[in-house]
Amino acid sequence: MHNVLALLYLVAAILFILALRGLSSPLTARRGNVYGMAGMALAVLTTFFVADSPVIWLIVAAMAAGALVGAWKARTVAMTAMPELVAAMHSLVGLSAVLIAVAAVYHTGVSHSGVQKVELFIGAFIGAITFTASVIAYGKLSGKFGARAINFKGQHALNLALAIAMVAFGLVYFQTDSQAAFLMMVAIALALGVTLIIPIGGADMPVVVSMLNSYSGWAAAGIGFTLENPVLIIAGACVGASGAILSYIMCKAMNRSIVSVLLGGFGAEAAAAGPGGSAQKNYRAGSADDAAFLMENAEKVIIVPGYGLAVSRAQHALQELTDLLTERGVDVRYAIHPVAGRMPGHMNVLLAEAEVPYDKVFEMEEINSEFSTADVVLVIGANDVVNPAAKNDPASSIYGMPILDAYKARTVMVVKRSMSAGYAGLDNDLFYMDKTMMVFGDAKKVVEEMLQSVH
Amino acid sequence: MSATAVASAVSQASHGLAVDPFVGLLTIFVLAIFVGYHVVWNVTPALHTPLMAVTNAISGIIVVGAMLQVVDIHSQQITLTSVLGAIAIFLASINIFGGFLVTQRMLEMFKKKNK
Repeated sequence: MHNVLALLYLVAAILFILALRGLSSPLTARRGNVYGMAGMALAVLTTFFVADSPVIWLIVAAMAAGALVGAWKARTVAMTAMPELVAAMHSLVGLSAVLIAVAAVYHTGVSHSGVQKVELFIGAFIGAITFTASVIAYGKLSGKFGARAINFKGQHALNLALAIAMVAFGLVYFQTDSQAAFLMMVAIALALGVTLIIPIGGADMPVVVSMLNSYSGWAAAGIGFTLENPVLIIAGACVGASGAILSYIMCKAMNRSIVSVLLGGFGAEAAAAGPGGSAQKNYRAGSADDAAFLMENAEKVIIVPGYGLAVSRAQHALQELTDLLTERGVDVRYAIHPVAGRMPGHMNVLLAEAEVPYDKVFEMEEINSEFSTADVVLVIGANDVVNPAAKNDPASSIYGMPILDAYKARTVMVVKRSMSAGYAGLDNDLFYMDKTMMVFGDAKKVVEEMLQSVH
Repeated sequence: MSATAVASAVSQASHGLAVDPFVGLLTIFVLAIFVGYHVVWNVTPALHTPLMAVTNAISGIIVVGAMLQVVDIHSQQITLTSVLGAIAIFLASINIFGGFLVTQRMLEMFKKKNK
């Protein structure tokens, strides 16, 4: 019987891997998601037989309540709020890991071996850090609290002291089985989650969200070790690896090292370097009508959307404009920078929601060689990701960051509220080029005006 | 170590005599990281947000760990352990259902449009 159950767990683990595998293409992704659900159902059902006299009514009631909340959230969340939702969900995994570890420590029916105590300690402290760090990340992303990066003297020393204290209480628990020491360890880990995350600025949140994704996987794997449960270990390891890869991709896209992100203080340093003699430079401003005229008469238009587009909810109007232009024989494409949204792949989802066909949407590496053949590039709500300073100004704080080569196009049009600087607090030379036309105004209003004049 | 020593160690391992179960679990863990690493690099960047949502759902697998705590202990159903476990089941279930359903909702948007 136990062999059969172990094999069922193996099947569940394989279904999880197939779920991730499906995401290699939009064509197979939905089937992959079904595999994932099947794997989860199988793992849960199997566990009813693995558990030693489970309290079934309590398990089912808790699960049903969670299902209601989860399904309701999944249905109602706005796509722009995905980063907050994901951060909130990381915090739930973290808190679950802590609760399970504490439950196991207070479990009077079993005694834990030395190795298991170490595993409990690791699962609990990763879970605790994930929990509070994700709560703060949620606050920063939703703009509800903690948006400002908080830096103070002795911050790193404090973190180190907390980490040492945490390990010390862990050792006391290991030696004495003291439940109080275990709780103290958890409490310190909870505090550490807060102090680690508060110095990190809003611009670095895509990295942080990915990193917490990774942590939530490691927390699950840690609990899997304690309970000697392979499906938890396999699923946790895959999630951990996934989050780590996404953090790496985001860091590379922003030309930041993971260490400098974690130490924080990016926003502050860039703002100090920002203002300097930009007032004298000249730029050309045009109307939405002019811009529409240029696009209508172009052969190839590349649209560079940034988060500003989503903020003003201009995606749908933009898609209508794209349809109209395509009908008139204009080749319209979208170019997406990896950090265009507020989490990895965020802009792709926002465009998909607006029914932009995904075969019109290109990643940076795919489309960068095409800018030189484009008649018009329309930059909407994006700034730093098209700043040529990243390529040709070694003094710039974003030097080395990969950018979309919008400056190579024949004409560049930038839709923006004003001449103010972007996230990184930098001036953008693209705006002052002879071939650039600035169209000032709210993205949605400007795009709607363009629609009017193309009609 | 001689060849016979290795062979005897392997045979002991296969009979579960000498090796701590932890080593077996660690083997699974390390291999799973490699599998995850290779599978995730193949994910198209356009689907990175659904990837995060679905990994959120998959980390809900921690529900299995929670279920193992909600058990009868010395013929008592309601203990500190079972209540903590039940709360963890509630939280993890939010992740499971929320994660898979929101992923499905996003992936529907990536369907090819029949125009």
